[in-house]
Amino acid sequence: MLEKALTGSRRYWTWVFFLLAMVGVGFVNYLYQFKNGLGITGMSRDVSWGLYIGQFTFLVGVAASAVMLVIPYYLHDFKKFGKIVILGEFLAVAAVTMCISFIFVDLGQPMRVLNVILHPTPNSILFWDMIVLNGYLFLNIVIGWMTLSSDRKGIKPPAWIKPLIYLSIPWAFSIHTVTAFLYAGLPGRHFWLSAIMAARFLASAFAGGPALLILLALIVRKLTKFDPGKEPIQAVGKIVTYAMIANVFFLGLEFFTAFYSQIPGHMHPFVYLYAGLEGHGKLVPLMWASSILAVVSLVLLIFPSLRRQEGILAAACVALFVSLWIDKGFGLVVGGFIPNPFEGIMEYWPTTRETLIALGVWALGFLVLTLLYKITVTVREETAGIEIEH
Amino acid sequence: MKLYGGGKIITGLIIFFFLVTFPFFLNIGKVNAKPEPKIDTPEIQKLAEKKCIEPKAFMRAEHMKLLNDWRDFAVRNGQRLYVNSEEKQFTISLQNTCMHCHSNKKKFCDECHNYMAVKPYCWSCHIAPKEKES
Amino acid sequence: MSMNRRQFLKIAGASTLLGLGGASALNALRGGELEASHVLTDEKALNAKRWAMVIDVSKFRTEEDYKRLTKACHSIHNVPDFGNPKDEIKWIWTDTYEHTFPSQPNEYIEEGIKNKPFVLLCNHCANPPCVRVCPTKATFKRKDGIVMMDQHRCIGCRFCMAACPFGARSFNYKDPRLALKKEEENREYPTRTIGVVEKCTFCFERLAKGLVPACVEASREAAKAAGGEPGMYFGDLDDPASEVRKILSTRYTIRRKPELGTDPSVFYVIGGEKNA
Ligand code: HEC
Ligand code: HEC
Ligand code: HEC
Repeated sequence: MLEKALTGSRRYWTWVFFLLAMVGVGFVNYLYQFKNGLGITGMSRDVSWGLYIGQFTFLVGVAASAVMLVIPYYLHDFKKFGKIVILGEFLAVAAVTMCISFIFVDLGQPMRVLNVILHPTPNSILFWDMIVLNGYLFLNIVIGWMTLSSDRKGIKPPAWIKPLIYLSIPWAFSIHTVTAFLYAGLPGRHFWLSAIMAARFLASAFAGGPALLILLALIVRKLTKFDPGKEPIQAVGKIVTYAMIANVFFLGLEFFTAFYSQIPGHMHPFVYLYAGLEGHGKLVPLMWASSILAVVSLVLLIFPSLRRQEGILAAACVALFVSLWIDKGFGLVVGGFIPNPFEGIMEYWPTTRETLIALGVWALGFLVLTLLYKITVTVREETAGIEIEH
Repeated sequence: MKLYGGGKIITGLIIFFFLVTFPFFLNIGKVNAKPEPKIDTPEIQKLAEKKCIEPKAFMRAEHMKLLNDWRDFAVRNGQRLYVNSEEKQFTISLQNTCMHCHSNKKKFCDECHNYMAVKPYCWSCHIAPKEKES
Repeated sequence: MSMNRRQFLKIAGASTLLGLGGASALNALRGGELEASHVLTDEKALNAKRWAMVIDVSKFRTEEDYKRLTKACHSIHNVPDFGNPKDEIKWIWTDTYEHTFPSQPNEYIEEGIKNKPFVLLCNHCANPPCVRVCPTKATFKRKDGIVMMDQHRCIGCRFCMAACPFGARSFNYKDPRLALKKEEENREYPTRTIGVVEKCTFCFERLAKGLVPACVEASREAAKAAGGEPGMYFGDLDDPASEVRKILSTRYTIRRKPELGTDPSVFYVIGGEKNA
């Protein structure tokens, strides 16, 4: 089926080459970082993780969100997701690819990355994160590919794929839970030391990921003859709404605990992020933008009459996605490091090179996504009208 | 049997052959410069018996493994004395033991490594002995 | 191709094969002719069940008293000085009371203590979070309680820096040799390279030779010259007769952030005279 990615319209190729160019720019900058060290980023002794690990964390959520389509379709026999479940699985493949790349570009000694396998250390959460991420990537590639190629041949997928699909459900939860554990088990980082971290992560994942999926489905419909269908999109919209409500609720819980308890260590990162601390407030405008976008998206989503208009739904999804991107892809990681263990403040802002490298990784992810979606769409166009049970 | 597209295949094979053997062509001029690691350092001159830590053949073949073990002994196990097969003791240290005797890194270690095209990454941290530029 | 090259390849090949087997220490060496080779710890080496340090701030009077410690440590370990807080690397340094003990804030504390610099270094915790999170065992706890860093294995993920509640770890954002003067290098100790994490090791390389940590030695020398008592003590926390235990049993000492359960091995005598 791979050959389907090799024929396409002019528009398709322009897009592919645009992405390739972005990957190229990112790669050149990465080579510079490889040679000169992570000093070319905005990270410091105090804020030792930044944009890269933020993007990683955010994208693990996007990857996990495929499960929001898999569960209704395979567990609840919700037939309408039949056409789009594969879009979710391939989105997961692209997202995990980005996750792994972001971890890689964040390493100080990338040549030694195999040490994680040569000296396996089960007490390290990062070790488990490596296992679950790679496992999830594998599961989604196999499941997506097998179901699509069976569809193409007009046959039922092989029986052994079912257990893998069921396995992928708890696995999706595991990737984001384990990622939350990277943060939630560190003494002395009050901002992260929260038992609802994993729950928060999952809620934001199940809002952000499906929101992106809605946007992708709308784009696919607009650009190709493949129509994922109105109803499934509305159903996903409902999922996004509930997940976002849960996410905002969880954030509220964090605020309550920090400010009602009045424990300075718990309050400081929130104060820094939303109001600025001791005259330092680089992230304040961003965090407020995130909050406002969250409210806007919720208003648009909660009223069914608004949500049912696809234009409004799309706007809500954009607002929500950006809001969560700021909150989780940036604020969450940086906020954990400020103030530092001495209650001092060293601010962080990504450098141009760092941003270009991050954009390069995003472009790589979108390239993978484009190719996989191109194949899917072509197969779907060929088999239009035929419904196959998985 | 007729070879379809024989021309293309043969051209391909030739290109392939050149690509595969390219490293050897690169080395053509260098073959004669077979390595002769020099042991004429002040420290080695002082030795009564010009012997390394272990027998020469072993050192030649196994020094990388020995160094790997050494760093684990020193850094991970806190053991800093090496007793060789002749019961002679050496402090476990790359900079202070190996390079103390082999203070001519360029004419000794590098001589072989350049020939073999290996580039140990040790020297980005371990400080190489001071030598005259050659 | 000459014979020599082939011989070489054979040797190289054989050694890689050998290198693959025998992960445990002396396997490959013991394999054949080198039956007798083995390793020892130096008889002079200082040993303990759990190394610990007591820092008596009252013994530090002048700026010079602090600078001496940092200088002793940073010069023998080739710790670079980039001169900016972003790329900063430090193994031992000073900060105020407020920053050292942020969980014991006290606005009205005695002026003498409020403005006094406190010496900070790795706490060599008995329950170290950095060791818990390291994905390659590059940082690990030794039998003598020292939290050690194996620079050869570090992949530079910086998880340990996020995990350390004491800000004891530094990352080589830039090539440290850019900030080291060639003439001032200690040629007996390595530098580090970009992309690895580093920190105080309680001078494990000096303990192996029977020497106390460089900072402790510097403070002892200074005390001898000035005719007072040193501000730093070093010893075995597990040994009731050790110097550190004697001080701990007679003076009021505190540790940084004990509530986090990491069980630091560095103690501070804040003030007051002997009460025993
Ligand atoms: C006491 C001085 C001394 C020390 C210490 C020492 N060497 Fe040697 N090394 C020698 C001498 C002398 C020879 C030549 C031996 C011979 O010709 O038999 C030699 C030979 C060698 C050879 C083989 C060279 C060849 O021509 O095949 C290698 C490789 C080597 N040393 C590596 C090392 C390494 C690695 C270390 C540290 C682990 C080390 N040496 C420590 C003195 C020393
Ligand atoms: C007789 C030639 C010879 C001499 C002299 C020699 N080496 Fe080597 N060394 C080799 C060969 C051959 C290899 C590569 C083997 C392989 O690829 O497995 C090697 C590999 C190494 C490696 C491992 C590199 C890696 O990338 O895995 C280290 C470390 C090393 N040498 C250190 C030294 C030091 C230090 C000295 C000088 C004291 C030295 N060698 C002298 C031949 C030599
Ligand atoms: C990231 C920096 C770094 C690199 C790269 C590095 N080392 Fe080290 N090495 C160290 C440090 C730091 C120590 C601890 C020094 C000490 O305690 O004396 C050390 C210690 C050692 C020791 C034992 C103690 C001593 O004084 O020598 C050996 C042997 C050693 N290294 C060998 C190697 C070899 C062989 C390589 C290359 C294959 C290498 N190292 C690469 C940083 C490095």
